[in-house]
Amino acid sequence: MATATLGRRGKAAPFRTRERRRANLRALLYLSPWIVGFGVFFAYPLISTVYFSFQRYDMFTLEPVGLLNWKYFLRDDAAWTSIKNTLWLVVVMVPLRVVFGLGVAQLVTKLKAGAGVFRTIFYLPSLVPLVAGTLGFVYLLNPGTGPVQAILGAVGIPSPDWFGDPAWSKWGLTLLALWSVGDLMVIFMAALLDVPKQLYEAAALDGASAWQQFTRITLPVIRPVVMFSAVTGVIQTLQYFTQAMVAARVASGATDSAGSVFTPGYPDGSTLTFPEWLFQEGFRDFAMGYACVLALILFAVSMIFTLILLRQFRGFSEEEA
Amino acid sequence: MKRLLVLSATAGLFLMTACTAGTETSAPKIDASSTSHEPVTIEFWHGFSADNELKAFQDTLEGFKKQYPWITVNATKAVQDDQIIQSVRGGNPPDVALSFTTDSVAQFCKANIFQDLNPYLTASKINASTLFPKVIDEYTQYAGKRCVMPMLADTYGLYYNKKLMKGNEPPKTLSELADLAKKLTVKDSKGDIKVAGFVPTSQMYENAPIHTGVMVGAKWTNPDGTSAIGADPQWKTLLTWQKDLTDWYGYDKIEKFRKSFGDEWSADNPFNKGQVAMAVDGEWRNAMLAADAPDLDYGTAPMPVADDQAQRYGAGFIAGTVIGIPRGAKNPEAAWDLVKYLTTDTNALVTLSNAIRNVPSTLPALQSPDLKKDTNFQTFLDIFANPNSTTLPAHINSAFNQQTLQEAQIKWESGRAPDLNALLAGVDKTINEKLKLTAGD
Repeated sequence: MATATLGRRGKAAPFRTRERRRANLRALLYLSPWIVGFGVFFAYPLISTVYFSFQRYDMFTLEPVGLLNWKYFLRDDAAWTSIKNTLWLVVVMVPLRVVFGLGVAQLVTKLKAGAGVFRTIFYLPSLVPLVAGTLGFVYLLNPGTGPVQAILGAVGIPSPDWFGDPAWSKWGLTLLALWSVGDLMVIFMAALLDVPKQLYEAAALDGASAWQQFTRITLPVIRPVVMFSAVTGVIQTLQYFTQAMVAARVASGATDSAGSVFTPGYPDGSTLTFPEWLFQEGFRDFAMGYACVLALILFAVSMIFTLILLRQFRGFSEEEA
Repeated sequence: MKRLLVLSATAGLFLMTACTAGTETSAPKIDASSTSHEPVTIEFWHGFSADNELKAFQDTLEGFKKQYPWITVNATKAVQDDQIIQSVRGGNPPDVALSFTTDSVAQFCKANIFQDLNPYLTASKINASTLFPKVIDEYTQYAGKRCVMPMLADTYGLYYNKKLMKGNEPPKTLSELADLAKKLTVKDSKGDIKVAGFVPTSQMYENAPIHTGVMVGAKWTNPDGTSAIGADPQWKTLLTWQKDLTDWYGYDKIEKFRKSFGDEWSADNPFNKGQVAMAVDGEWRNAMLAADAPDLDYGTAPMPVADDQAQRYGAGFIAGTVIGIPRGAKNPEAAWDLVKYLTTDTNALVTLSNAIRNVPSTLPALQSPDLKKDTNFQTFLDIFANPNSTTLPAHINSAFNQQTLQEAQIKWESGRAPDLNALLAGVDKTINEKLKLTAGD
């Protein structure tokens, strides 16, 4: 009897297994574009990066070195300087951009006449290529030949060496970021124009001041947009590279000649950002194993902020629901 | 599913290993020259970009074409080292590549980015040790492997504007240089600099420590590759001297003045425009001055030396352009013909030297009667021949070491780092830690 039961089971089981396997294969087939993309563009690079972080790798030869690259990170002063600078930009530049972008958006949405002109004026700088914009800023603020220094000097106002003094260089980059705040302005304008007018009318009837209207109506309604801008701003700033690299290079007066070397971060490492140091280690000094350590750290931090963003969005969606 | 994961991981590791460029397994079979005279086009990347250099280089390549009519050279200008390395990494290198700096030679040789040229030299019966001056040997090979050849050499000296010197002789010691620099400096009523006798900061175009360290005979590394900077009192002598003169100008004033300068490689170079009376520069400036400022009355002299090292006066820093055949070059035999021509042919070297005023890098070319030797250029030939002249021997972290010292110098000159001993100890620590990372056991 037992044998017969087993026999029946033995007959049915391969059929179901075949079916299941076929269904699995079909699912895999449908999923294959994503699986291939995920594997080639995410999983493989990630696994490689982890693997290389335990190797001495000059992009030509591999040599296992255990935890050497990870231990070096703890002793690498330049890496810690770059972390401090990147955090400074996250803490100072990102909030200032959000506040300034929101302020400008408020102004241009309130304008009765010439709104189009002002919107264009504020938006245009964000279309200027990063390198060109940075070159322009460094030229304008150059202590030797820059017109800003000349004008301020003519009226007796002293001006710092914006990109040549470590106390001012990050503020110089922040000015540049505020100048090109047009991208945020557009997002905030869309959000502000979406706030129901009736809320303001009702608040005005109740005697609410402009500040009360802003804090009690505008901000709560556009909160998801502010949050989005802040978190994406943080993620972008964690990858801050081009402006810092160009500004330091041009401001230092470094020249491309034999014996002349340039390290990003001029002056005194004050503009050195984490991605710049990663680039320097990986693609200039060819310490690619160590650069992989830096890349993994950057990935982990960026991932944390991405998760915060996702959680916030989920929160907003639930609130709306 | 588990099997799929194991398979993926194995494939991933295999791919990773496959995607890292491997090492050469056997020495190539080399002929003395191209055996086939089938027409061939070779790619050649170089770093020349100034108009006079490009023209001279093109003329030299035409000389090559006459000697090797079946080889067409497709030259690409203004290429930097990192582009060369990336091309080799990507498996699409040029047949011949030239680098302006010797900083990467150790990396080129250690990682086999450039092919070992010893088999080519043997096949061509060229004895490098008798063809090149000894000092050149130090920067064209690493750990016994010669992966590049020297193509012209550079030496550094002091250029002075005769009109601005007001009859003064060029200084021979650092004290004389500082005194004269102060004497020749012109400031306006606000204290802004109009003409500087000498700009002492390390950020001035060719004032990098690799060039100025020779003025005091300073040492970079110990035989084991670790930093000798902190322990060598000569660096302190040089940096203290630079700081004193910088303070005399005022760091902000000298920086404001420096940042008003035009591009080093253009006619707006401050020496061409009479903004500085004396400047450290390479021998190539002679040709650029002839092209961009033909009316400028100038002279050249060796760089001043430390006050207590008068016997070293006449020495200078020597480096040069290097050229080789990258790994993966598609036409290595034709490439070797070009490398051989540009680095060993006396006529080619003399023609190039006469045109762009670089120092020829072979002994026969240095002794050639066709080599033009005007007074200003002769200074650099003498520096080249001086037994006290030095180079920076190939080091795996050559560029990093220089960057580390120069960054410390900027902090020191600006007054932002007041303790020189602590600063240089920090330089040692950084350099030694990096050495462990890139080449430690």
